[in-house]
Amino acid sequence: MLGRSTGVRTGRRRVLLVVVVLGGSVLSACGGVGGTAALTLYSGQHEQTTQALVSGFEKATGIQVAVRYDDEDTLANQIVTEGAHSPADIIYTENSPALEYLQERHLLSPVEPSTLARTPARFDSPEGDWVGVSARVSVLVYNPRLIGRSRLPTTVLAMADPRYRGKLALAPGETDFQPIVTSVDRTDGRAATLRWLAGLKANAEGHLYPDNETITDEVNRGAVAFGVINQYYWYRLRAEIGASNMHSSLAYFAPGDPGYVIDVSGAAVLRSSKHQASAQRFLAFLVSPRGQELIAHSDSFEYTIASGVRADDGETPFDRLRPNRIGVPALGDGSTAIGLLRQAGLL
Amino acid sequence: MSAPGLRVGRPIGRVRRRPAERPGGLRSAGIVVGLLLLLPLGFLVFEAAGAGGGTIAHLIFRSFTGTLLWNTVRLTVVVTLLCAVLGTGAAWLVECTDLPGRRIWAVLVVVPLAIPDFVVSFGWASLSTWVAGFRGAVLVMTLAVYPLVYLPVAASLRNADPGQEEVARSLGVGRLRTFWRVTLAQARLAILGGCVLVALVILAEYGAFEILGYQTFTTEIFTENNNFDVPAACALALVLVVLGLVVLSGEGLIRGRGRVSRSGPGARRLAPRRRLGRATVPALAGLAALVGLALGVPVSTSVYWLFEGGRHSLEGASLLDAAWHTALYGVSAGLLATLLALPVALLAVRHPTPAHRLLERGTFVVLAVPGVIVGLSFSYFTERYAGGFLYQSTPLLVLAYAILFFPLALAGVRASVAQAPPAIEEVARSLGLGRLAVLRRVTLPLIAPGLAAAFSLVFLSVVTELTATLMLLPTGVQTLATQFWAYQQNLSYGQAAPFALVMIGVAAVPSYVLGRYFDRLPARATVPT
Repeated sequence: MLGRSTGVRTGRRRVLLVVVVLGGSVLSACGGVGGTAALTLYSGQHEQTTQALVSGFEKATGIQVAVRYDDEDTLANQIVTEGAHSPADIIYTENSPALEYLQERHLLSPVEPSTLARTPARFDSPEGDWVGVSARVSVLVYNPRLIGRSRLPTTVLAMADPRYRGKLALAPGETDFQPIVTSVDRTDGRAATLRWLAGLKANAEGHLYPDNETITDEVNRGAVAFGVINQYYWYRLRAEIGASNMHSSLAYFAPGDPGYVIDVSGAAVLRSSKHQASAQRFLAFLVSPRGQELIAHSDSFEYTIASGVRADDGETPFDRLRPNRIGVPALGDGSTAIGLLRQAGLL
Repeated sequence: MSAPGLRVGRPIGRVRRRPAERPGGLRSAGIVVGLLLLLPLGFLVFEAAGAGGGTIAHLIFRSFTGTLLWNTVRLTVVVTLLCAVLGTGAAWLVECTDLPGRRIWAVLVVVPLAIPDFVVSFGWASLSTWVAGFRGAVLVMTLAVYPLVYLPVAASLRNADPGQEEVARSLGVGRLRTFWRVTLAQARLAILGGCVLVALVILAEYGAFEILGYQTFTTEIFTENNNFDVPAACALALVLVVLGLVVLSGEGLIRGRGRVSRSGPGARRLAPRRRLGRATVPALAGLAALVGLALGVPVSTSVYWLFEGGRHSLEGASLLDAAWHTALYGVSAGLLATLLALPVALLAVRHPTPAHRLLERGTFVVLAVPGVIVGLSFSYFTERYAGGFLYQSTPLLVLAYAILFFPLALAGVRASVAQAPPAIEEVARSLGLGRLAVLRRVTLPLIAPGLAAAFSLVFLSVVTELTATLMLLPTGVQTLATQFWAYQQNLSYGQAAPFALVMIGVAAVPSYVLGRYFDRLPARATVPT
């Protein structure tokens, strides 16, 4: 063994070389990443939408943006943990509760009034700390091979009916589901909501999914008959796999039903950001005609709500929707919904 | 006591106890490693204490915890048993019989270890809606992790003493009984070690169950964390840690005091291979089915989606860029974890005091801690106590990986250290070499294969890690796993597929190294007489 010392030594030198090279690259990597970007964006929005908007903004202003993608709640949590040291300048989410949550903790800067003015006031933060960018509506997705259109519930409350046992898909952990729970709670009260959730739980046994993408996919594949999603998931799936592979359809609840809810996607500047001015420019871009056109023509399939831009992609037009009257303030930060879901044993 | 898994037999003959040399440097290194590994557990306790005992108790003792407990426990038990049977059966066929093409089988049976669990899950789930929930989770996890039993059992069978089987047979014990009471008994510790790894891996798995829609503690910890409820996530994680402790202490109890040893010192005698005869065809068919299900399905569905995946709407990180970052993190974390494991292994084997054994055994609990908790604890500590220094940087991510997969590194290093006879080191010392020189020139070359195995295991795991990575990755960077996940979540299967295939390719290299490591041990003679 000792006689092999030269071999051991060259081997060691090789190992040393590897360590030095790697160490160097680790250091250079941590210096390099994000070094050129002037803004850091935490995005819970879909990557397609975000990418289109970020590159549009970079082209228009020359300001580089580094993006971190994750679930909006994870990102909001992360910002709370990060506190004053947060590397993020802007947060962009699919739903308002994550923004409300940050606002309650005084972690957001006020949005410039000219930016807020681009969006109808009912889609902005009541306190003016975040701006609404786009909207979606909750609908039923169903597989006609497994359930006829006439047999679908017309109110969200009927989804708990025992006749839908084994037919319902549910994503209790999905953030898009919380506004519906909040809405039912507001209309029918706590006890009724809990009974309703217990019914949903029984009906969806074996079909509890992590998110709306999965519900849409499983219904389309015929694994389960129907579920509640936000309308754009269906259009996105169609764009992804082609119209010939779509075996599912959309249906709307009765006008004003508590399950017929508009969700607002929005963005905010963090109070801790050291780039307030350019971060505000990013928000202004999102709701500008150019930004809204990008959303309207991307694969987002969300409704544009600012600067009067309307998408024309074959969806039911936004002003023809007949949603429940619940607004952003009543949806709150989602904690009521989470409490109810937890009490019902769905979380 | 020793590390579970990857046990490669014991030193031949009696190990001479050395006069106790004081392991001062080693011990300080061991303490540092122990403290590092305590970070995630410390975080759990901090958070739980912050929320208050009443809140935590309320969060733990709700009916939902019962559902999760039932889901997690029944899955762990069923998959562990299936893995024990499949892993041991495959190992026996490859190592102890005259199975045709055994060298090829030896590689094919191990390669599924290189396929990330969530890719197996994705492959099966996109194939049929039948693969979902409990049955889906059982199928997918069994196929994804049975090599963790196969590897140590194959090594142990290869190393076993043929004399004992012969004695049993000559005393009139039937074939089946001999197999049961001698052959299997000799591999018992290896089977048990493999099962512990399987159980701990299932406890902490996230991606596969998320795709299959099966709720366990780990998926719910993720959901709770997403619902702004860190204390609730921590409460569930504490239950998970307790489950991990139950698995570990259960192994300690079952293992008992029985010892496996060879009947005499000296060179190993090679055992004759058992003739399969008419059983050859069914045996081949069984192995082919196993490999086809574990390897064929995920690979072929990925290839299918590569060509059939529809239009590409997303622009993600390039394959090359993601592969480079994955390799960078994997290699760095592999080196770091192996380096950290070395002092702990040396302490546990060469200076087996109760404290050192506790240190060694205790580190295995980390395997039951989900990546998301390790990620959270790192954000928490850097933000609270370091002013955000190094937050979301490469060094911190690598350290998180090294902690997360430390037990795997330790298992590899420990097995090798246990096999290296201390006598050679003593001779070197007596010839005037310093302590560090002995480590460098004698011990390290002796245990090099174990170090390579440790490195490979950690590398493999880093390539497929998801949840801690999502949290700690530098902004703007994607690894193969995170980019695959982003596409998969977006239902862009066509774009996810190449990332799955490259991941399998990258991870296949260390799997091959692992296979070679176990292949270095002397084989049984090919067909005797």
